[in-house]
Amino acid sequence: MQGWLEVEDNTEKTVNRLLEALLTGGIVDGLLVPLRTPDGRNVVPTLVRDPALLARAAPLAPVLPVNGGTVLGHVTATGGLGRVGAVLRNCELRAAVELSKVRQVLLDDVVLVGVDCLGTYGVDEYVRMVEEGVDPVAPALAAAREGRVEPLPGTTFRPGCTMCEQPIPGAGESYPPHVTVGLLGVPNGERLWVTVRDERVGEGLAGVLGLEPAAEPPARVEAVGALVAARTAERDRRFAAFRGRVHDPASLLGEFATCIRCQNCMRVCPICYCKECIFRTDVFDHPSARYWDWAGRKGGVRLPSDTLLFHVTRLLHMVHACVGCGMCSDGCPVGIPVADVFRAVGQAVQARFGYVPGRDPAEEMVIATFREDELGELGKPE
Amino acid sequence: MEEFEPRIVAFLCNWCTYTGADLAGTARIQYPPNVRIIRLMCSGQLDPIYVAKAVLEGADGVLIGGCHPGDCHYQSGNYKARRRVAVIHQVLAQLGCDPDRVWLRWISASEGQYFADTVTEMVAAIREKGPSPFRGQWSI
Repeated sequence: MQGWLEVEDNTEKTVNRLLEALLTGGIVDGLLVPLRTPDGRNVVPTLVRDPALLARAAPLAPVLPVNGGTVLGHVTATGGLGRVGAVLRNCELRAAVELSKVRQVLLDDVVLVGVDCLGTYGVDEYVRMVEEGVDPVAPALAAAREGRVEPLPGTTFRPGCTMCEQPIPGAGESYPPHVTVGLLGVPNGERLWVTVRDERVGEGLAGVLGLEPAAEPPARVEAVGALVAARTAERDRRFAAFRGRVHDPASLLGEFATCIRCQNCMRVCPICYCKECIFRTDVFDHPSARYWDWAGRKGGVRLPSDTLLFHVTRLLHMVHACVGCGMCSDGCPVGIPVADVFRAVGQAVQARFGYVPGRDPAEEMVIATFREDELGELGKPE
Repeated sequence: MEEFEPRIVAFLCNWCTYTGADLAGTARIQYPPNVRIIRLMCSGQLDPIYVAKAVLEGADGVLIGGCHPGDCHYQSGNYKARRRVAVIHQVLAQLGCDPDRVWLRWISASEGQYFADTVTEMVAAIREKGPSPFRGQWSI
């Protein structure tokens, strides 16, 4: 069912009313939703069981401290204590879908609530705005009413967001969540565009909310199309820039010249889930003599060692499933455009297998499966 | 200047290509000594990091040898290896590295001659390409 949800006093409170209906109506036993921290400066994903806490819910706050797919894994992977509703942006939903394929998220008992993403700021930028008394939500909603998604003057979105061509949950080739909340291209100060899939949510929810059935408004279709087109153009520009910049081993080394192998990009990546990752073991804590051997053989050896091996291995292991959330670029303390690299390389790998990360939990990950009748050109002389 | 001698790291399946290499030896078939063989129990055991490490440490070529499709000792390891090699080729190409330095070949235990021919062919092809640009690179 799809239709209009009337806004009572303000947009955020209306979304929170929807969430409260899920929790108090017994549709879910807990809600994974961004809450304002007690000091009010930041917004963090929180598993909420007491509906009273939803007064602090900030599902529209334009900040992404962690990918919600990761934390949905925390509260489901080993079996939670009930059904959880997860309020997520599309990059988080798509990460959750990928993680479900490797059983790091269990979607069996989850109600996915997707909210239009109007762009997100880095945590530091978001906190600065709040400290300066700037409300980033209202202007974003006002722009979205007119079909625009743009950062406030003098600020920028997270690098991942600026080239995200899948900001709308369920649109394009993304997995449709059970409930979606549409903000873009609709008069979001008066009413929100909401879809409800009966499965898991039940027909009752639409009644409780008083959804007024309607077809998708043309202005929304147009606004989503324009946003996707603009983001796709920016994505392609960034991919072209990467391919112009990195074209041989020397320029590849240059791309990662500033890497200190802190491995933050790996830690914040929702897809890099391995509990026994080789880079979290002592495999690369070589005996001292080995560094001396290498230095002897090559004249010198860069330290810490294996920086490029780290990135290339991560690409080989997970880039097929990269959802492009951009957490890696946020996490990099030395400004390497990690997300540009991973998205550009991922595009080629994903295209090779016709694989779209986040499309369908029933699909198997590229390197977790095979077909006998494929890639016949490999393994034989040319 | 000394002639360039390619160094090729080979990851060979225990049940087919490794045994094929052994057969080439016992049958006294001549092939270039440029290949350093690492035996895996199955080509499906090939973690892409092995290839990445060899390439970045300056191996001039990497040869992966597995059982012919349908013949895997463990049913499907070679199909999994084939997907990984496809990913490796794509990633290397996108990073501006030459994917044609990484070869996958199906060579059975009875194909000693084919193993020798493959190594001969690969050494010639790599000799043509010249040394790996990562050879001797200290800033990896």
